[in-house]
Amino acid sequence: MLDWLSKVGAWLDARLQVGGTIRETMAHAVPRNTASWWYVFGSATFVLLMMQFATGILLALVYVPSAADAWQSLQVLNHQIAFGWFLRALHGWGSNLMVAMLLIHMGQVFLFGSFKYPRELTWVIGVGLLLLTLGMAFTGQIMRFDADAYWGLGIGASIAARVPFVGSWLVGLLLGGPIIAGQTLSRFFTFHVFVVPGLLIGAVLVHVLLVVKVGINEWPMPGRLVNRKTYLARYQRQVHEDGVPFVPDAFQRDFVFGALVILAVIACAAMFGPFGPSGPPDPRLINIAPKPDVFFLWMYAALALLPAELETPLILIVPGIAIAALLLLPFISGTGEKSWKRRPFAVLVVVFLASGFIALTWLGLQPAWSPSMSAWSGTPLPPRLLQGRTPLEVQGALVFQNKQCRNCHALGGTGGHRGPQLDNVAVQLTKDQLIRQVLQGSGEMPAYGDHLPPAEVAALVAYLETLHPRYQPAARVSASSSPSGP
Amino acid sequence: MTQEKSPTPLPVLQEPSAGSAPCLGALVLPPAESQVPRRNFLLRVGIGLSALAGALASVPVVGYLLSPLRNVGQRDWVRVGALGEFPIGETRLTTFANPSHEAWDGPTSMVPCYVRRTARDRFQVFAVNCAHLGCPVRWFPESGLFMCPCHGGVYYDDGRRASGPPPRGLFEYLWQIRRDELWVRGGALPTLATPA
Repeated sequence: MLDWLSKVGAWLDARLQVGGTIRETMAHAVPRNTASWWYVFGSATFVLLMMQFATGILLALVYVPSAADAWQSLQVLNHQIAFGWFLRALHGWGSNLMVAMLLIHMGQVFLFGSFKYPRELTWVIGVGLLLLTLGMAFTGQIMRFDADAYWGLGIGASIAARVPFVGSWLVGLLLGGPIIAGQTLSRFFTFHVFVVPGLLIGAVLVHVLLVVKVGINEWPMPGRLVNRKTYLARYQRQVHEDGVPFVPDAFQRDFVFGALVILAVIACAAMFGPFGPSGPPDPRLINIAPKPDVFFLWMYAALALLPAELETPLILIVPGIAIAALLLLPFISGTGEKSWKRRPFAVLVVVFLASGFIALTWLGLQPAWSPSMSAWSGTPLPPRLLQGRTPLEVQGALVFQNKQCRNCHALGGTGGHRGPQLDNVAVQLTKDQLIRQVLQGSGEMPAYGDHLPPAEVAALVAYLETLHPRYQPAARVSASSSPSGP
Repeated sequence: MTQEKSPTPLPVLQEPSAGSAPCLGALVLPPAESQVPRRNFLLRVGIGLSALAGALASVPVVGYLLSPLRNVGQRDWVRVGALGEFPIGETRLTTFANPSHEAWDGPTSMVPCYVRRTARDRFQVFAVNCAHLGCPVRWFPESGLFMCPCHGGVYYDDGRRASGPPPRGLFEYLWQIRRDELWVRGGALPTLATPA
């Protein structure tokens, strides 16, 4: 059997003549200290990409890229085709893990100085791979053509529309027409299935080829500076004096980690199942709060927390600066110290970006800036906040509930968090200040002056004045002779 | 290990030399020094013809790719409903069919909007898309406010911006009354660059 196999192999290789190259690549020497668990993230990203290709092709056997039918075909995948739900789950979780692995890989090569001479081009193509992968993540979210995808497209178009002068053209090119419709899904399908994967294959090939040709970055030693004149010779000497063959010495860790990552995807898929689809992409169903997938939550959070006047400049300028900085990095800092132990600023940058990313994502998961749209009708006031109140004050509590104040203001820990919680508002604002706030609002609160009759304002403010701790009286104007409060 | 002395003789990352070794046993002839001036004539013809073919083919390709730009501003009048459906003094959520739709648009061919009727022949027709980032705003008749569930934008009943991140009020469609029916001019996604 083995004999027969090797004969077939020899026959093929006599014609293809790739066996030598493959053997050479497998056996090529790498520095011994790169056979490390720190060097496995790039190959794991590659393994995940291969899995995405496989599961994506399998999903395309059933998926219908038509705005009229895509959502229904996802239902069929989820509920009727054997293991359709599982393949969708593999593809969804695989995409999340791929973005995560890519970011970890990027952080590692940044901290290890791998982007420095002579690996600048490897880094630049890696930045391209990051953008392409994020492009896959965004277009993939549209493939799941549900309500979130529909309104997500609207958000994408609204961002594109903020570009000065050419905004309307960008919207047209993004949507494939003046409005989100059939042609929009068709073009996102083309990008998700043909254009971006094609670019990814090409870029990955060059990226891996460069890793083989230029050599894996040696473990950075503090004090051993990169010098364009001496680096190549030193690297060659290191590989010759203290090198190991890539297969099996370095590869075995990649192999084990890659398998573990696939097992993790399988476990997530089996335990948590596929992502959505949520409701159908019907614009008439407007009672939804669209939210992006996890890797764009940080953007969703940033757009809510930024001062409004900073939004457009930041949306339009920061991505450009970030991409330019990533691309220019190996040319600005292409030599010198590699070890993160001697690059405190690099460590700070990674810590800053990672903590910012995690913090904003965390905030995005529990968006405190969004009104709770059903709090006014679905979240009753806790009884202790009504006990001992006069009829006028109870009437005010009713106004508070009925006029949707509760959608933005929490009381007793429940309700919206768009505005401040009002449990102790009477300590902070006097009666006059409360009236002014209700009637005139502020930049963050609508003015209720036109919509509340004076009697309702009086009742509401009477109730708000009761909201203070038992041990602390309500605030009052120091010049006033009549004490306020209950 | 720390001292850098003589550079090793190993060739790495060198510019490819003219006489690089033939690979994989295939016969590779070095490009001959052209003694006959017209030896590469057909090569030049090939370059010229390919450039011509590419240029000719690129015209329709570019036109095809940019075709969505032709109808960026495309809007058309479309019926929303009979006047009787919209009581005076109220704001109602309703839908109209996108004036230019294809068979495969499915549910996306419908467009929601809010119709506010202030008098017998006075209307305001608002897009549901928040002026901030396009999320669908919800109408609360009790407080007379539109609230956006995404980033907390709020608008008054007449569409003015009340609070939150939106840079302007709600987008409004042009409307007219034709034979006791309300018509609006729609067909484009309302954004800051393409207000309704």
